[in-house]
Amino acid sequence: METPLTNNIGPDKPFPDLAVYEQNGGYQTVRDTIGKRSPTDVQEAVSESRLRGRGGAGVSTGMKWGFVPMDNASPGHKYLVANADEMEPGAFKDRVLMEFDPHQLIEGMILSAYAIQADIGYIFIRSDYYLATARLKAAIAESRDKGYLGERILGTDYSFELHVHVSAGRYICGEETALLNSLEGKRANPRTKPPFPPISGLWGRPTIVNNVETLCCVPHIVQNGADWFRSLGRAEDAGTKLFGASGRVKNPGCWELPMGTPIREILEGSAGGMQDGYGLRGFLPGGGSTGFLTDEHLDLPMDYDAIMQVKSRLGTGTMIILDDRTCPIGMVENLVNFFARESCGFCTPCRDGLPWIEEILHKLETGQAEPEDMNILAQQAGFIDWWGSDSSSNGNTHCPLAPGAIEPLESARKYFADDFERHIRDKKCSYR
Amino acid sequence: MPKIVVDGISYEVDAGNNLLEALLNLKRDLPYFCWHPSMGSIGACRQCAVIQYRDEDDDTGRIVMACMTPVSEGTIFSTDTDSAKEFRRDVIENMMINHPHDCPVCEEGGECHLQDMTVMTGHRNRTYSGPKNTFRNQYLGPFIDHEMNRCITCYRCVRYYSDYAGGVDLAAFASRNNTYFGRHQDGILESEFAGNLVEVCPTGVFTDKTLSEHYTRKWDLQSAPSICVGCGAGCNTSASERYGQLRRIHNRFNDQVNGYFLCDRGRFGAGFVNNEDRIPQAGIRDSEGKYDRVSAEEALSHVADQLANSSGKVVGIGSPRASLESNYLLKQIVGEGNFYSGVSSKEQELTNCIIDIMRDGSVKTPSLAEVEEADAVLVLGQDLTNTAPRLALAVRQSVRNRSKELAVQAQIPLWQDAAVRELAQDELSPLVLLTSYADRLEDVASLSCHASATDIARIGFAVANRLNDRFTAVDGLSETDQKTVEEVVEILKAADRPLIVSGTGSQSKSVIEAAANIAWALQADNEQTAIMLCVPECNSLGVGLLERENSNTLTDLLDSTDTISTAIVLENDLFRRASTQQITAFAAKLEQLVVIDSLDNATVSLSDVVLPAATFAETEGTLVNNEGRAQRSFAVFEGAGDIQGSWQWLTNLGKALSREGFAALERIDSVTAECERSNDLLSGITKVAPTADYRVEGMKIARMTHRASGRTAMRANINVHEPKQPVDQESALAYTMEGISGPRAPLSAYVWSPGWNSNQAVHKFQTETGGPLSHVNPGIRLIEPAGNGSPQERYREVPQPRAAGAGSLALIPRYHIFGSDEMSARSKAIAELAPSSYLAIAPETAQRLSVVSKDGVEFTIGNRTLQLEVVVDSSVDDGCALFPAGLADTLDLMHQAQVSLQKAAGWTPRTTTQDKLIAKE
Ligand SMILES: Cc1cc2nc3c(=O)[nH]c(=O)nc-3n(C[C@H](O)[C@H](O)[C@H](O)COP(=O)(O)O)c2cc1C
Ligand code: SF4
Ligand code: SF4
Ligand code: SF4
Ligand code: FES
Repeated sequence: METPLTNNIGPDKPFPDLAVYEQNGGYQTVRDTIGKRSPTDVQEAVSESRLRGRGGAGVSTGMKWGFVPMDNASPGHKYLVANADEMEPGAFKDRVLMEFDPHQLIEGMILSAYAIQADIGYIFIRSDYYLATARLKAAIAESRDKGYLGERILGTDYSFELHVHVSAGRYICGEETALLNSLEGKRANPRTKPPFPPISGLWGRPTIVNNVETLCCVPHIVQNGADWFRSLGRAEDAGTKLFGASGRVKNPGCWELPMGTPIREILEGSAGGMQDGYGLRGFLPGGGSTGFLTDEHLDLPMDYDAIMQVKSRLGTGTMIILDDRTCPIGMVENLVNFFARESCGFCTPCRDGLPWIEEILHKLETGQAEPEDMNILAQQAGFIDWWGSDSSSNGNTHCPLAPGAIEPLESARKYFADDFERHIRDKKCSYR
Repeated sequence: MPKIVVDGISYEVDAGNNLLEALLNLKRDLPYFCWHPSMGSIGACRQCAVIQYRDEDDDTGRIVMACMTPVSEGTIFSTDTDSAKEFRRDVIENMMINHPHDCPVCEEGGECHLQDMTVMTGHRNRTYSGPKNTFRNQYLGPFIDHEMNRCITCYRCVRYYSDYAGGVDLAAFASRNNTYFGRHQDGILESEFAGNLVEVCPTGVFTDKTLSEHYTRKWDLQSAPSICVGCGAGCNTSASERYGQLRRIHNRFNDQVNGYFLCDRGRFGAGFVNNEDRIPQAGIRDSEGKYDRVSAEEALSHVADQLANSSGKVVGIGSPRASLESNYLLKQIVGEGNFYSGVSSKEQELTNCIIDIMRDGSVKTPSLAEVEEADAVLVLGQDLTNTAPRLALAVRQSVRNRSKELAVQAQIPLWQDAAVRELAQDELSPLVLLTSYADRLEDVASLSCHASATDIARIGFAVANRLNDRFTAVDGLSETDQKTVEEVVEILKAADRPLIVSGTGSQSKSVIEAAANIAWALQADNEQTAIMLCVPECNSLGVGLLERENSNTLTDLLDSTDTISTAIVLENDLFRRASTQQITAFAAKLEQLVVIDSLDNATVSLSDVVLPAATFAETEGTLVNNEGRAQRSFAVFEGAGDIQGSWQWLTNLGKALSREGFAALERIDSVTAECERSNDLLSGITKVAPTADYRVEGMKIARMTHRASGRTAMRANINVHEPKQPVDQESALAYTMEGISGPRAPLSAYVWSPGWNSNQAVHKFQTETGGPLSHVNPGIRLIEPAGNGSPQERYREVPQPRAAGAGSLALIPRYHIFGSDEMSARSKAIAELAPSSYLAIAPETAQRLSVVSKDGVEFTIGNRTLQLEVVVDSSVDDGCALFPAGLADTLDLMHQAQVSLQKAAGWTPRTTTQDKLIAKE
């Protein structure tokens, strides 16, 4: 099984500084590509690879890049931003990639920037990731010294500057347009879409925001070709992905596996199954903003569309496992608490709707809920609308934070309805 | 025009609109909060949700925000399906979670957009039972109260304050349901346009502090359409009264003038109407120098006797702050040759020059709405923010035209406010400021230089010459000035709709001439060129037109050697027009000084007879603004005691004198008509507003609201019999709640429509949102250019550079929005922000004089020795001294070109200074 993203990573492997990274074949793609292949060529390779964004929404990377005006259609700066904000509850895959192989991200960014002819790049990184920040900064310095970054890369006409920007530490800063506002020094409110960033992004210029993992795939696609990348997937989707599991499993962690790996293989294989004495109640397949699935879904492949069909999302691919001795309502309350706190405060359903939901979940957990509270939960959930959102900012809410925030709640109401009833009937949480 | 279907009904709507605008234009109701016709959409509140269907077969549809959805051919919407209604109800219910529900004690109550929208959505019972958030309120200065708990987080305030008005000290802080709208710390809001927050905020977070001092609900206010008397911009206001006191000023929409916004001088500067220095009764000075209160009749017959038996000439002194009608009548009484315009020759010359420029050539004077359309603006020697504030706000909008162009290219609808701003970022249309001192528009200026009036004029002349060499060239420009000239020329040439702005602010005719030359030079190649010239007072231009044929000015009178026995002064504090020495000497020679004015002032103190005049709030009259637009102002309430409109005093005086024709001038309409007949330049002023006999469906227009409560109870502590309401014979308005109001009533100053109690109801009065009012005349432009090409021959005299000062400093007036204007400065809230007098000098000058800030300097003017506090200001040129215009102890400096200073001996520094509004060091 090929693991291109984590080839350089492992307990007994040396840390890939520039020398090691190059020894392992790193930056060869940059050497082979910049000034030698056309930007369109690179874009085509990525399009044909069917790479989908690893930041959560699974948008086709090639398609997104295709919206960037090329040649002289838009003279002036263009930007590439690596979204390294990774604050999704349960997600820590980008951290692994950045801490243990920073040059891979940098190489991915050089190639991606070249493909869209961006001249400036930013890595927008979560403030808690200080180790990754330090390593990226060091790697960027090494890379610049070697001529892979900066003015006239490797003597070609192409120049690309790369900066690391440490986020102020808000979940909403991971939403790509809030990220851009934040990068500009403004309030991290998401922007109106359309226009989308490839048309009007950072400082009003064409901008591509990609997830760290998405960008890390690019050197391998460019080097080995789209066919190779597609062949890595086991089902519909292409490539490999870092999957993770947290919760009461024997071996929580993060593994690079083919797209389309069945959930059961990850949970029972890589994660080693449930800890002794705990049974599986459900799991959030893609992080804290994705809906619960249960054991009936274990044989589904971890593919974007397959998970979407059962009304959850692949998200970041980092599962959170709910065991049978933990209160699902408590878990949902904890998550809603996080999302309500992280709401940017721009639109009403999220800003005021989530705290109300939180309040009711709290009542449930402390035995104060009344039967009518279930109606309020339903009303509030309908207000935010789990499935109504699309990529524009013109649905029930201005951005997908709130719809994501209630995915666990909505699926919990469906799968764990009896728990809600019991909490109300017994006026207490039976898990305590 | 695309066809859309809403709730099964098919409509043709304007292309380019969003659905919310389209529905409001159809006079349909849809609740909203964050959208504002001047500021576009951002999609924050989610209140305007409707259902959009993919096609005819789609029967579920999806929620979209009407304000964020363009109308395009064939789009299908529903506003009244249950899911849409439920969503909109949920929005209110969720906003109400933290709302204090304190309507009974909230000053927004009764005109609250949140109340209206709550009712409109049908949200009734609250189900939320948890705790509420509470916030700390801030002190924001004398104008605005802050009560953050009422906030519904619609972001309108910051969008208005920062994005629209360019303020920097109000922001959204924190996040989630803890978002806070305020300043980084307590303090006076810096923007000169902060007052609009009161109307922009849809809830009671920002409320009018000056109203709060004598609070009255909107429904209990008696209102009339008024024109602001704060400056020459002529903003339309709705002025409101209760219990004989002016309670507040609100914006009155006029699409051509002020749109939705006023400046703070206009909004909070009308408190002088209630000032305790108001003159309530006529008075005649007795032999001991005390005033005896007399009845109006006695006063009039006394004056009539005096005039009839006067030994020398009887002169009348008019005023640019009095109406056309009053000025006209005074002129009739004293006779053409004995009427003096009430301003100095200097000012008259400047006003005349402005009228010449407006009338000759082909360059149009734009309305404020047209100013906003300019794509390059050059300001010569005029501090707009402090002399014509609303114009400054309009110029600030003009710099956004560049972003609109970019948005059009990128196919982003202009109402997508946030998207347009993000796209354009700092791309601004050019604004060039050539001013005498630092200007508040500098943050959006592409080029700004500070220079003396002479140098500004010289640069201006040179620009005109470089644009078209038939205009006089300038010799000996410095290299820097030469560079400025080239830059300005490039900017103006590249513009499609260039606008030149200047005015009387720098007291220099050359500056105005230079502005005209530039406009004329540009006009030769660009017909869209416009020029806007500011005059200082609310009727400067009107009196200028009235007096165009008459060259008599106050200066002429003061210099005259004739024996003058009696002078009648109309609403004019002469000490603001000429030096103390001159006025005192003039008054001493008179047998009788008759003053008609509203507030006690230095001239009133010298008078032998004083007749108590109405302020704008108690009488009617016609004013002409900067643009040459004649507009009518109406009485809000009847003046107390013997107070009458100046025009009425003069009509009655004419009658007491048995002057021919005066009997026919009893009504204002006939005075206006006579005034119009007397002067071709005033042709049109009778059409500005409906006459007194105008009726809508046989009814007069109500000043009170149909909900006015407790009129019968108002005086019940005195007498349970309700007195008869006064009858208004001067206008189609009535002092009652009976009569017509609302969109069909042209003079209604009460913006209300069923379900819309807040000022947001104005869209029901407009032909389309933000468009003209459907039943109201926006005023009549009296001056249009003759259209005879460019008069390049006219102004050929380039001023010579000022010789380096031999020990004396050139005096430059610095205008203060709060303080420099006579009347508004006598409103309590404005007075709080007015600066104390000072003299700002350059560090070099200070060093020579061995003074530092807060020291005193001393100088003599005529026979007076004056002392002022020093402010050392590095933005002042060495050789210049800036003084605050219009303050009592700096008035004499206005008539002085230069001063010689020395350190004041025995100076005690003031303990407090309001340094924010004075020059910073
Ligand atoms: C509330 C919110 C938080 C997000 N946080 C992240 C994040 O931390 N990292 C990330 O890559 N994408 C995040 N996203 C998704 C981004 O908006 C965006 O879709 C992504 O960065 C695009 O990259 P991709 O196409 O490579 O997936 C978030 C989205 C939302 C709505
Ligand atoms: S859903 Fe609305 S309030 Fe929540 S984060 Fe997005 S824009 Fe902000
Ligand atoms: S203070 Fe007023 S305008 Fe500002 S967000 Fe709150 S409700 Fe809206
Ligand atoms: S700009 Fe002038 S006319 Fe308008 S509100 Fe201000 S002071 Fe009044
Ligand atoms: S008015 Fe449309 S979202 Fe606020």
